[in-house]
Amino acid sequence: MEQIRNEMKMEFLALSSNEGFARVTVGAFVAELNPTVDELADIKTAVSEAVTNCIIHGYEQKGGSIWIQCSIEGQQVEISVVDTGKGIRDVEQAREPLFTTKPELERSGMGFAFMEAFMDEVEVVSELGKGTCVTMRKIIGKG
Amino acid sequence: MEHRFEREYGCLIVKMPKELDHHQAEVLKEEADSLILKYPVRSLVFDFSDTCFMDSSGIGVVIGRCKNVRFSGGYVKAVHLNQQIRRIFRLSGLQKIMEVEQEAE
Repeated sequence: MEQIRNEMKMEFLALSSNEGFARVTVGAFVAELNPTVDELADIKTAVSEAVTNCIIHGYEQKGGSIWIQCSIEGQQVEISVVDTGKGIRDVEQAREPLFTTKPELERSGMGFAFMEAFMDEVEVVSELGKGTCVTMRKIIGKG
Repeated sequence: MEHRFEREYGCLIVKMPKELDHHQAEVLKEEADSLILKYPVRSLVFDFSDTCFMDSSGIGVVIGRCKNVRFSGGYVKAVHLNQQIRRIFRLSGLQKIMEVEQEAE
């Protein structure tokens, strides 16, 4: 069987109304791998979490740009969500379930926990004042 | 407005939006809270019949409204959850803090 190789990049404003657009677009891109309904829901939820983090935490709802780079290699999908916002002071702590810096906004602190639960691998690279890049990988069709 | 509210004898039924993300959550929060403040709401029912997507922002909305209603001694329930929403409830532990309608056999 021939290996699928594909790539796409998108850039959009950090507006909450773009959260749906981002996850649906990534979902459509991944469709050529014939994901199951659950796999597609996993990817869409993970993308939604990462994009919401950029908007609320990275840019603190003051706007900016978000980049998503997505590639398919064989059965693996790799999605990077990037912002040039304020960055994360302590990535380890940010990844802990229920940890949130914005309880006043009723954030549940489950964003990274969901990304980890729904994807196979999650890598976070962040620098204060420079921004954050979250890279997630998932193999489609493991059964 | 995608979601709707129904009131019946002190019970507020919140029809959850199709996609419950951070964007929809903000609108829903404001509207639900103003109703909870305005009317005596003894019980709150989240109806997920139309909801096909929910992320962690939805958890914040549900927990927040639970707190606001329980403060006045009310109870909270979630109904008509699809498989994906059920999974989110399970993963986040939401089903331990509120009544969740059991799956139809």
